[in-house]
Amino acid sequence: MPITERDVEKIAELAHLELTEEEKALFTRQLASIVRYVEKLNELDTEDVPPMMHAGAEEEADYAQRDDEVLASLGQETALANAPDKARGFFRVPRVIE
Amino acid sequence: MTPRDKYEVIIGLEVHAQLKTKSKIFCGCSTAFGDEPNANTCPVCLGLPGALPVLNREAIRLAAKAALALGCRINPVSIFARKNYFYPDLPKGYQISQYEQPFSEHGEVEIMTSERDERGRPIQWRRKVIRLTRLHIEEDAGKSIHDGLPDSAEASYVDLNRSGVPLVEIVSEPDFRSSWEAYDYVQHLRQTLQYIDVCEGNMEEGNLRCDANVSVRPKGATEYGTKIELKNLNSFRFLQRALEYEVHRQIEVLESGGELRQETRLWNEREGKTTVMRTKEYAHDYRYFPEPDLPPLILTPEWIEEVKRELPELPGPRRQRFIEQYGLSFEDATTLTATRSMADYYEAVVAQGVEARAAANWILSELIYLLRSSGSDISACPITPPHLAGMIKLISEGTISGKIAKTVIQEMFQTGKTAEEVVKEKGLVQLSDPAQLEPIIDEVLQAHPDKVNAYRGGKVGLLGFFVGQVMKATKGKANPQLVNQLLREKLASSSSSE
Repeated sequence: MPITERDVEKIAELAHLELTEEEKALFTRQLASIVRYVEKLNELDTEDVPPMMHAGAEEEADYAQRDDEVLASLGQETALANAPDKARGFFRVPRVIE
Repeated sequence: MTPRDKYEVIIGLEVHAQLKTKSKIFCGCSTAFGDEPNANTCPVCLGLPGALPVLNREAIRLAAKAALALGCRINPVSIFARKNYFYPDLPKGYQISQYEQPFSEHGEVEIMTSERDERGRPIQWRRKVIRLTRLHIEEDAGKSIHDGLPDSAEASYVDLNRSGVPLVEIVSEPDFRSSWEAYDYVQHLRQTLQYIDVCEGNMEEGNLRCDANVSVRPKGATEYGTKIELKNLNSFRFLQRALEYEVHRQIEVLESGGELRQETRLWNEREGKTTVMRTKEYAHDYRYFPEPDLPPLILTPEWIEEVKRELPELPGPRRQRFIEQYGLSFEDATTLTATRSMADYYEAVVAQGVEARAAANWILSELIYLLRSSGSDISACPITPPHLAGMIKLISEGTISGKIAKTVIQEMFQTGKTAEEVVKEKGLVQLSDPAQLEPIIDEVLQAHPDKVNAYRGGKVGLLGFFVGQVMKATKGKANPQLVNQLLREKLASSSSSE
């Protein structure tokens, strides 16, 4: 699957990144090279191999759960401590609905 | 034929139901509603770097109950996935949800539905099967406040207490053909989820939310029309009104030769219309991929069976059983099975050996009235089922009349006393002794000689008047059947004696 500059623009838009023309060209080349490298795997016949959704073993599944118990939270003050903008106990952000 | 009749309405619903856990789905923060903003947060639900989710076992159990109650097949292995989008109330930049291999699929619910007349009254109830595409588990986002603050024109406010609260999303097939079908379905879902104790079902507190996909097409067409997504349908009334508005709007656009655009619209309750939702942060490409921080969710058939055994009798089957077993009408059985606590109460009364119809009548009239006017739920009713049964027995034994019982039940409701106690204290025992009643009846007859004559002259309808006078003189305590009988005898004998 060849990577085009259009793909890079779309990914940048979805990731909220602004790229210069030079960066677009550079990332197009770099991404294309990475994808070409991974495409090597397509040479294998994976017809009967189930897709691997997770690197952990299946036995991991059970102990990776917790009981429904309320634990201490950070609290409002700490939660907001690093917020660039806050008011009335809320995070404040530029208005998002037009 | 109105323009409306030329079109077929196609609606599909996505309902988000909050699972009734104490803590969030991936961390130990409280799910309590109405706490100080951002108080119930931690690195996991704030999306701080390096924090890792750990799944809440109880959320899985509740989701399984919901899936089974809605006829879904639970997948033995399901996968969590990241749904990526930017929005200020989604701190991680993705929502942990499920996409491929969801928790459960292929459900089916049978609902009772009816169109409504102009006054909102059901016209004709009928059964309809609604297919469910899937029911999957996901975390809630935070809450954004866009209006009502001094600087709302330029700022939005974010509360992350809700971030990470466990939800199930229940996706239906596009099986609804009217707004009322959608309304009745959401009512059914809510009732079922409350019955199985999985969700509070309170739309106002946001623990049941609904989005809809709405389209119309000319009758007979096989292709679907342009689909519009409707959001913000957060009360039962909104839901039906918004859908109705949207259907009309789409038909109007098409009838005037216009074209519909695929878009997301918001219901605005104040203005009573839907408007296009425009946000600066909206992208329709979620780039789902498996969540690397959570292992696949693996459920054994034994575990699923165990959850199935926990399920109570569901409202639909229970209503049907009430109709058959207790000889109730559809409407009465519907009211008595509206909530599990109501149905349990009714059956507890019947279990005391009182007549099933009498028990239903007392609950449906007096008791429901008392509960409503005091704003309390039947689960906290001061009259216990044995107490109510005791009162009904006093009536059937002839100790008190039905009329007196209406006074007795009020007193029982206020004091929590038994009917026997109330009757004894207030001296409300029914007068069933002819020797006591006869002098009173004689007095009444003597006081109204003209009416006695009229009765004798053929106006037998006056019997009701005499009964009323006797009841009044005895403050309602006289046994009405006996009064009737004695009056008839006396009126007959007095006429023959002259």
